[in-house]
Amino acid sequence: MSSLDASTALGHGHAPPREGVNYLNADNSVAGWLGTLDHKRICILYLVGVGIMFLIGGLFAVLFRTELLTPGKTIMDANTYNKFFTLHGAIMVFIVIIPGIPAALGNFVLPLMLGTKDVAFPRLNLASWYMWLFGTLLMLSSLVFGGVDTGWTFYTPYSTKVQGGAMAGVVPTLFGAFMLGFSSIFTGLNFIVTIHKLRHPNMSWFTMPLFLWSIYATAVIQVLATPVIGITVVLAAIERLLGIGIFDPALGGDPVLFQHFFWFYSHPAVYIMILPAMGVMSELIAVHSHKHIFGYRFIGFSSVAIALLGFLVWGHHMFTSGQSTLLSVIFSGITFSIAIPSAVKMFNWIATLYGGSISLNAPMCYALSFMWIFGIGGLTGLFLSTLATDIHLHDTYFVVAHFHYVMAGTIFVLFGATHHWWPKITGRMYNENVARVACALLFIGFNTVFLPQFVMGSLGMPRRYYNYKEEYQIYHVISSIGSYIMSAGVLTLIYCLSTSLMRGAKAPRNPWGAATLEWQTASPPVVENFETTPTAGDPYDFDALRYDEKTGDYVYVGNPTGPKH
Amino acid sequence: MNELLATGSLSLLADRPYMPPEASTYSGTVDFWFDFILYCSLFFFVLMNGLTAYFAIRYRRKAGAKPHGPTHSNTLELTWTIIPAILVFVMFFGGFHGFMNMYTPPENGYDIAVTGQQWNWTFTYPNGHTDSELHIPINTPIRLTLESVDVLHSLYIPAFRAKMDAVPGRYTRMWFEATREGTYNVFCAEYCGTSHSDMTTKCVVHPSMEGYKEWLAAADPFSKKNMTDEQFEEYKADPAKFIAAHPEIKNLLPLDKMGEILWKKKGCNACHSVDGTANIGPTWKGVYGKTEQFENAPAQTVDDNYIRESIVDPLAKIVKGFPGSMPAYQGRITDREITALIWYIRSLGDQKAK
Ligand code: HEC
Ligand SMILES: [Cu+2]
Ligand SMILES: [Cu+2]
Repeated sequence: MSSLDASTALGHGHAPPREGVNYLNADNSVAGWLGTLDHKRICILYLVGVGIMFLIGGLFAVLFRTELLTPGKTIMDANTYNKFFTLHGAIMVFIVIIPGIPAALGNFVLPLMLGTKDVAFPRLNLASWYMWLFGTLLMLSSLVFGGVDTGWTFYTPYSTKVQGGAMAGVVPTLFGAFMLGFSSIFTGLNFIVTIHKLRHPNMSWFTMPLFLWSIYATAVIQVLATPVIGITVVLAAIERLLGIGIFDPALGGDPVLFQHFFWFYSHPAVYIMILPAMGVMSELIAVHSHKHIFGYRFIGFSSVAIALLGFLVWGHHMFTSGQSTLLSVIFSGITFSIAIPSAVKMFNWIATLYGGSISLNAPMCYALSFMWIFGIGGLTGLFLSTLATDIHLHDTYFVVAHFHYVMAGTIFVLFGATHHWWPKITGRMYNENVARVACALLFIGFNTVFLPQFVMGSLGMPRRYYNYKEEYQIYHVISSIGSYIMSAGVLTLIYCLSTSLMRGAKAPRNPWGAATLEWQTASPPVVENFETTPTAGDPYDFDALRYDEKTGDYVYVGNPTGPKH
Repeated sequence: MNELLATGSLSLLADRPYMPPEASTYSGTVDFWFDFILYCSLFFFVLMNGLTAYFAIRYRRKAGAKPHGPTHSNTLELTWTIIPAILVFVMFFGGFHGFMNMYTPPENGYDIAVTGQQWNWTFTYPNGHTDSELHIPINTPIRLTLESVDVLHSLYIPAFRAKMDAVPGRYTRMWFEATREGTYNVFCAEYCGTSHSDMTTKCVVHPSMEGYKEWLAAADPFSKKNMTDEQFEEYKADPAKFIAAHPEIKNLLPLDKMGEILWKKKGCNACHSVDGTANIGPTWKGVYGKTEQFENAPAQTVDDNYIRESIVDPLAKIVKGFPGSMPAYQGRITDREITALIWYIRSLGDQKAK
C-alpha cells in the first residue's frame, strides 16, 4: 500500500505542501475564489450560494404560510400568493436541493474520498457553478419582470398561453431552469468520469464508500434525464415567444405531452435529490455508531435499482390526466417496485445501528430525524401509488405533505452532512448542544407543518389554494405555526455554524473516527488534498482506528485481523 | 366480495375523521384501501422507529463498549425484501381493481357535460339547460364528459372520491353514483391561475329522480319551454308586471337582476368587477355609454350591440390596456341571457350617471 508514490496516487506531480497553508488560506484574492479550480473552494461557493437561496426560498414559504392563516386575504393578494409558492418550489427544487448534496458537498467529499487531487475536469466544474449562478439569477430576475405564477411544474397551456401581469417572467424562468439543468448535467458527467478514472488504486467498486455509489447512481440520472427537461423548457419558451404549436391545443399542440416530458425528468429528479441523501445516511449511520455498515452490497445495488426504476414511473403523476387506464395501471405497478429498494435501505440502516456504539451528536440526530421523516414520506407514497386512493388524494395537500417528507427530508440530511464534514471543511468544531437544539426545533417544526397537511389533504383540501373553506382552517393554522418553529430552528442553526466559524475549537484530522479517506488528511485539507498518500482499506472498518486521548483524534493503525469486508 | 367492497361495509369505521363523508358507490372502496395501507404503514412505522429509538438508547456510546454484530445476512435481506413485496402487491392489486371500477363508466347512465373555464364550471344538462352548479339525482350512475376552453382544470368532488382533469382540445370522462342526499363541495384541483381557489361550486344530490326533474324543469326561467318568444318580449317590456302575472314561471326576477345572477353563473365575475375595481378585464361599473378606446379598432361608444359583440367575439375589439384573454361565449350563451346581461351592465352605468 504505502509503496505507492504520492504523486501517482494523487494523479498530479505537485510540489510538496507548505507548512501551515491549507486550501482556505492559500490565496485569498477575489480571483483566487471566483476563478478557483479547486473542488474544495467550489464546494464553498456552492454552499454559500445554496445557503442564501435556501433562506430566500424558506422566506417565501413563511410568508405564504402566514397568508394561509385565514381563508381569503391575510397579508397578500392571490397573484402574490401564486408567485410566492411558484418561486418557493422552483428555488427549492432547482436551485437548492438538486445541487445541495451532490454539487455542493459532493464536490468537497468525492475527490477526497477517492483519494485523488481533484475532479476529472476542474474547469468544467467551475463552469457548472457559473451556470448554476446565472440560472439562479435568471430565475430571480423573473421577479423584476412581474413574476411567474405557473407553479414549479410550468404546466401548459397555462404557462405558454396566459399573458399579462403575473406571467411576464415565464421566459426568464424557463431559461433559468435550462441553465440550472445543464449545470447539473455537467456536474454529473464530471463525477462519473472522476469515479471511473481517479479512484485510489487500492479502492475497488466494492470498497468504495456508499456515498460514492449513490453519487454515481445520481450522476447517471443527471446525465440521462436532465437533457429532457432542458429541451422541454426550450420548447415551452419557443411556443410562448414564437407561437409555434407544441403544447397548446389552440395552436394544434398537446398539453398532456408536456406533462409526459416534464415528469420524465422530474420524477427521476426526485431521485437526484434523495439518492445522495441516502448515500450520506449510510456514512452518517455507520461512522457515528462505529459499526460496519450492514448489507453493503444491498445498499449499493439498491441505489442503482432506484435510479433505473426511477425512469419508468413518471406516469404516476398523471393518473387523472386522462391518460389511458392501461398506462396508469402499468405505472402504478412499477412505482410500487421502487418501494422495495427503499425499504431495504431503511432496514439496513436500522441493522447497522444494532450493536453499535452510537454517539447522539448532531450528525446522528439529523440522521435519526431522517429515518422518521423518510419513513413517513416513503409510506405515504404507498397511498399515492395505489390507483384507487390516488384519484382522491391527487393534487391535494396530502401530496404536498408527502413530497415534503421525501424532498425536504433530504434537507435534514444536507444539514447532518454539513455538520459531519464541517470540521473537515472549516477546520473547526461546532457546539454540539446548540446544534442539537437546532435539529430538535427543525424536527418539531417540520412535523408540525406537514403532519396536519396529510389530514387536510385526505379531507379534500386541494393544493395551491389561496382561498379555502373554513372547515380546513384549523389545519392551516397549526401548519403555519410549525413554519415559525422551523424558522427558529434555522436561525439557531445559523447561530451555531457562525459561532463555530468565529471561535470554534480547532478540529483534529478525524474527530468522528471515520474510516473513509477524507479523514486521513489535515482539517482543513491542504491545497493538494493529501500530504502523503492515504491508505485505502474497507471504508467501514472502524477497528482500524485508535482513539488518541491527548489530541481528541482518531489515528489509523490498520487492522491486524484484516478488513472484515 | 365486490358488493361488500363497493358499499364500504368492510371498512372499519363509518365516517372517518380524516376523510370526507362517503357519498358515492365507490367511496367505500377507496376508504377501505386507504385504511388497509394506513394500518400497514402504521405497523412498519412503529416497527422501524421503535427499533431505531431502542437501538439508539440501548447502544449509545459508553466507554469501553465494543461495537459488535453482523455486517450482513442474506436471510434478513430476503425477509425484508419479500414481506414488503407481498404487501405492496396486495395494495397494487386492490388499487387497480378499485380504479378500473372508478374509471370505467357504466353502459347506462345519465349524461351531463362539463366545461371548465378560468374560473368557473358550467354544467350542461340533457335538456340544454346550463348551470354553474351540479345537480344530480341519487342512486343513478352519472356520466360526465369534461372539456376545457382555456387551460387545464380538474373536477374534484371529495365526498365522491372522484377526480378528473378537464383538458383543452380533448374530452375526458368520469362517472359516479351518489348514495347520500346532500350538498357537497366541488373543487378545481388543477392549478389554473389567479382565482384557481375560487373555482369551486356545489354538487346537490336530489333525494329522487322526480325531485331532480322538477328542479331541472324550473331551473331556467329563460328556457323556451318556460317562456315563449312573445312572452319574453312582454317580459322585456315590463318585467314587474309580467312576473306578477306569471307565478307559474319559477325563479324569474327583473331583467337586470337576472343579469346579475348570470354575471356570477357564467363566470364573468372572475374577471369583471361591478364596483369599479380593476381586475383581469375592465370593470362594468359606469362602462355603459362610455367611449371606449381599443388596441385594434377605432374608438366607439359602449352600447347594446357592442356588448353583444364583446360577449360572442371578444377579440374583435380589445379594450386598450387589457390582454385579449376573454374566452368567446359564442354557442355557450343564449340570446335571452345576453339581453339580461346587457340590462345589468346598463343598470350599472345608470348608477354612475346619477
Ligand atoms: C377570463 C376573464 C374574462 C371572463 C371570464 C369574461 N371576460 Fe369579458 N373581458 C375580459 C377582458 C380581458 C376584456 C378586455 C379585452 C377585450 O375587450 O377583449 C373583456 C371585455 C369585456 C367587455 C367589454 C368591456 C369594455 O369595457 O369595453 C364586455 C362587455 C365583457 N367583457 C363581457 C363579459 C361577459 C358578459 C362575461 C361573462 C359571460 C365575460 N365578459 C367574461 C375578460 C373576461
Ligand atoms: Cu414521481
Ligand atoms: Cu383550477
